Amino acid sequence: MSISRIDARFAKLKAENKAAFVAYIMAGDPDVEASFEVLKGLPAAGADIIELGFPFSDPMAEGPTIQLAAERSLKSGTKMAHVFELVTRFRELDKETPLILMGYMNPVENMGYDGFAKTASEAGADGLIVVDCPPEEADGLTDALDANDMALIRLATPTTDDNRLKTLVKRTKGFVYYVSVAGVTGVKSANADSVKDAVARVQKASGLPVVVGFGIKTPEAAAAIARVADGSVVGSVLVEEIKNSLPEKAPVNTKVLETAAILAQAVHSARL
Amino acid sequence: MTNTSTLTNAYNLPDSKGRFGDFGGLYVPETLMPLVLELTQAWEDAKQDEAFWREYHSLLKFFVGRPSPLYFAERLTEHFGGAKIYFKREELNHTGAHKINNCIGQILLAKRMGRTRIIAETGAGQHGVASATVCARFDLPCVVYMGALDVERQKPNVFRMNLLGATVNPVTAGNGTLKDAMNEALRDWVTNVHDTYYMIGTAAGMHPYPEMVRDFQTVIGKETKQQIMELEGRLPDAVIAAVGGGSNAIGLFHPFIDDEGVKIVGVEAAGHGLDVYNGHAASLNGGRPGVLHGNRTYLLQDDDGQILEGHSISAGLDYPGIGPEHAYLFDIGRAKYVTATDQEALEAFQLTSKLEGIIPALESSHAIARVGDLAKEVGKGGIVVLNLSGRGDKDIFTVANALGQTMSGL
Repeated sequence: MSISRIDARFAKLKAENKAAFVAYIMAGDPDVEASFEVLKGLPAAGADIIELGFPFSDPMAEGPTIQLAAERSLKSGTKMAHVFELVTRFRELDKETPLILMGYMNPVENMGYDGFAKTASEAGADGLIVVDCPPEEADGLTDALDANDMALIRLATPTTDDNRLKTLVKRTKGFVYYVSVAGVTGVKSANADSVKDAVARVQKASGLPVVVGFGIKTPEAAAAIARVADGSVVGSVLVEEIKNSLPEKAPVNTKVLETAAILAQAVHSARL
Repeated sequence: MTNTSTLTNAYNLPDSKGRFGDFGGLYVPETLMPLVLELTQAWEDAKQDEAFWREYHSLLKFFVGRPSPLYFAERLTEHFGGAKIYFKREELNHTGAHKINNCIGQILLAKRMGRTRIIAETGAGQHGVASATVCARFDLPCVVYMGALDVERQKPNVFRMNLLGATVNPVTAGNGTLKDAMNEALRDWVTNVHDTYYMIGTAAGMHPYPEMVRDFQTVIGKETKQQIMELEGRLPDAVIAAVGGGSNAIGLFHPFIDDEGVKIVGVEAAGHGLDVYNGHAASLNGGRPGVLHGNRTYLLQDDDGQILEGHSISAGLDYPGIGPEHAYLFDIGRAKYVTATDQEALEAFQLTSKLEGIIPALESSHAIARVGDLAKEVGKGGIVVLNLSGRGDKDIFTVANALGQTMSGL
């Protein structure tokens, strides 16, 4: 499975003429058990692919929403071992939804590339996004992921020109994540018109599906992206729902899964 | 000695990938990669341009006040009773520390690249003040990120930066210290990629900063070499400097790396003690390799790879990483890294004030705390050069507080 799980998911969506709804949450936010309740509910809410963030103390490309999620996660005692447990438990319930781990280099370095790749793959993760690992530094990590049938998902950005794109797509598998705005997560808003050409460029260079994220805040925006790309990624909006539910005594997963369902519906019906 | 390329060192790291052995590199988000590569190219071009270095040295002479004196610390020498101790007087530079050497170089590079906005991070505020200073001099807007806790601890420097026309943005994320300020500066850079130049204050971060900042700071070591030849007719037996990120230290050390007879000693901040968990800022002596802020280096981190805050009484040493070149020199054994606690630094601070009539920065006080050991080890007839990287006026509140005294109305 693993990389083929990603490929199979995009093939299925293509056959249905649908874009993927990609949902991001932070493992351990606000604690491990509560985040499992959210995680396991995401496929039924319509998530086609899940990005599961693993917390880092110094998330330099995140806006305030994801920064605070990482803080909540670490404060509640989340360790990498808990992140892998979440993946294992999710995989017992769902064999088909691709799960991509997303985070920063140091927790990966700390385990060693081989150790990380083996543990993640055995738990049932299909890919990895490392925000602060450009292609120039990725050879060792890519070797380890290749050996464990996991995809290193690359980020392309508005500052990526054609020349750089060639470097970027080497050894990339699964899909490419296009960062729609120059900035941190969840602050600026993505514009589907300006994203359209970039997505086509990245699709052509990589031969892979391209999903778009970093600034998609509403069902309308998610749908607009779904018309020009292979998927819409929503993170900060979902994480914000988790945060908003904390002062209330209601289960953490209720509101976030409702919001995910609305976004998924918008993405899936965008091309009808 | 007008051009870095005339360095005679056989040692020529970093390599083209920004590596010092296993350390350094370029671990940045993709949005920043094209910018960092552009910066690397601009730096490579500037390095070869004599006009660039002429302007740099002219500013160092007339604006900064270089060369800084190499001063025989006679009474401290007598006090320790070993080798002769010389101070390289970086605290006499304009703005009171070595930080300005780097800022002069980087502002010239920023102008050369056509950037119209400068951002910087600062801990104690010395680099923030130096950045604000060169931005005022070159008429560029300056935004300084400073941890909210440090803003509170270093009010006089915040006032100075404002006076110089800079905007100081307090950072509340994390614990509100230097590493959080650096995270926030990187977030600003990612967001304002088209017009902004990031002026990093130490020889750390992603390539080309560790090399570039070092090369702007090696003026310290090159002057020292020339001055000690004039004063003593020979090279010193040892050089010593405090190490946080490590720019003052690498500036002194680098020109001596090929001189095998010269011992190189860095002093890390041991805070409450190396045995106190998360109670020190000694990345080499109490950390292990990892990746943070764009480079692979020794870091203070927990078992799971989360970065620890660390602690030092000196805000300038209170950083959980260290420049990658120090990590390399540590690993190959060319430099030795020892430590000094808060308490030892405080004692050295007072001792130097009383014996030499010089109030040293708390950062430099860490080096002074170990220079006695080194002077004894080298022995009578020997020569030790210490980098007195900054003056201590900024630290009087911290020191008064630590000594249980209060300064009302300040």
